[in-house]
Amino acid sequence: MSEWWTYRPSDFLMFSPRVYERLIETHNMALWPWQLVALGVVLAALGLAWAKRPADGRYALAGFGLGLVWVAWSFLWGRYAGINWVAAYAAPAFLIEGLGLVALAVLSKEPLLPLRREPASILAAVLVLFAAFAYPLAAPLTGQPWRASEVAGVMPDPSALATLGLVALVRSRAAVLALTPVPLLWSLYAAMTLRTLGAAEAWPMAGGIALFLAAAAARMLGKRRTFGH
Amino acid sequence: MSLRPDRRMVLGGAAASAALVASPRGLAQGPDPMAKTIPSSGEKIPAVGLGTWITFNVGEDAGLREDCVGVMRAFFEAGGRMIDSSPMYGSAQAVVGHGLKALGPGAPVFSAEKVWTSSDGPAQIEETRRRWGVRRFDLLQVHNLLSWEKHLETLQAMKQSGRARYIGITTSEGRRHRDIEKIVVERPLDFLQLTYNPVDREAEQRLLPLAKERGVAVIVNRPFRQGDLTQALEGEDLPGFAAEIGAKSWAQLILKFIVSHPAVTCAIPATTSVDHVRENLAAVSGAMPDEAMREKIAERLADA
Ligand SMILES: NC(=O)c1ccc[n+]([C@@H]2O[C@H](COP(=O)([O-])OP(=O)(O)OC[C@H]3O[C@@H](n4cnc5c(N)ncnc54)[C@H](OP(=O)(O)O)[C@@H]3O)[C@@H](O)[C@H]2O)c1
Repeated sequence: MSEWWTYRPSDFLMFSPRVYERLIETHNMALWPWQLVALGVVLAALGLAWAKRPADGRYALAGFGLGLVWVAWSFLWGRYAGINWVAAYAAPAFLIEGLGLVALAVLSKEPLLPLRREPASILAAVLVLFAAFAYPLAAPLTGQPWRASEVAGVMPDPSALATLGLVALVRSRAAVLALTPVPLLWSLYAAMTLRTLGAAEAWPMAGGIALFLAAAAARMLGKRRTFGH
Repeated sequence: MSLRPDRRMVLGGAAASAALVASPRGLAQGPDPMAKTIPSSGEKIPAVGLGTWITFNVGEDAGLREDCVGVMRAFFEAGGRMIDSSPMYGSAQAVVGHGLKALGPGAPVFSAEKVWTSSDGPAQIEETRRRWGVRRFDLLQVHNLLSWEKHLETLQAMKQSGRARYIGITTSEGRRHRDIEKIVVERPLDFLQLTYNPVDREAEQRLLPLAKERGVAVIVNRPFRQGDLTQALEGEDLPGFAAEIGAKSWAQLILKFIVSHPAVTCAIPATTSVDHVRENLAAVSGAMPDEAMREKIAERLADA
């Protein structure tokens, strides 16, 4: 891009807050009450991720993967791409990410690390819980109607945060590296967009990213410490 | 006689907006907006048009699409003609097309579009034409000089074969003025689009005089700095001299400043509001500021 230094984030925002809010509300109303099902799936996936039998983590990954495929198809491609061409590129990226999670679930016998009382593990679990159950409260807590509430498995932003939490628990480091860019880049883009729109969700989005970075750092430090012993 | 369904729909829309078809200004109150001359042809065009960046990107939202139709209807009724859009503006092109269909044939639109791609220009222009539902474009511009050499050739050929009446290039916020200068000198252009308002006056130095000298019409984008100017001034009292030129709002004062520059042909403010579109068209009738008054306006707005 020429003279890129003269551009600000607001130069890339191509829709108004009002259009974006109505898009989310319309989508929520069209899908209701599947939001409850999505919350149930996340809860079940979490339960499985930390069940005693390590192989159950596979179901958690597969559930998240299918959720991302659904978000890619129904929201990113089906609605958001109509007002934002970035979403038209994000849709295939979410699709590939979702299929990647499913592939890991199919190919790996024990894809997730067991939950331990260690910072990395706890931070990752907190991130998934935060994305699934705290993020949707941002709308009603800031005076918007419940139909503006964003649920993981329905809307891309909390889905990306929840995925980051799960990815932070993936055992294979190569898989972590492969699965991090899509949800991380989307989360950064979403945080910037929300901030430019003046939406309250910008803060939980940024908080979620910080939790992921903390979890990743804790995991790297933990590893080093283990090597040191 | 049997009508094809799409034709019947078009006629239905026409009947619904009969007043608009019979006389675009049938319901209008107030005088005609000032018209300016396109130098390359001598054709006259109202000095305020309608932008569509952000404001018309409403996707499939039926309620907001109807609001846009309302803005377009009020725009034509108030004597407006030029509507500017771009493939960069998401669903805006399709929403303009929806509006033209809803208002029926006879809407006096002057279609100003752009090509914005580093690959297949002709394919993109054809897709744009389909979205508008028009036979040809009045004006095609190369958006932000992206791949401009290749696209200018395409546009020139389209002008020759009658698929575009005028051609031009665009920039905004003072970007690449040197390159623009060179192109204006070296290539045959009908239109140049750039940013100009009482706060962003860089174009006064070279580009506006050059356009005047070369006989190139000038479209002014971002007259209100995408609304930042009007918002910053909201609630502030208008200066006493505003009444002397009949400006009833800051928006009107700004538009009068812009279109009273002799090189400027048309300013294209964007809006989601019927009241604002009427106010904007009304700004360019009646008295206009002279040079001294223009300086006073710029001075007053310098710290907005
Ligand atoms: N490179 C390029 O080719 C390029 C770059 C930039 C822009 N453009 C074109 O130029 C057009 C205009 O620029 P822009 O849309 O960026 O900004 P703009 O026209 O300066 O400002 C638009 C904003 O001004 C507000 N507004 C309009 N009339 C008003 C009034 N009478 N009183 C108070 N507020 C008013 C609108 O809010 P309301 O909805 O509340 O009225 C809207 O948010 C664009 O839409 C686009 O077509 C082209």
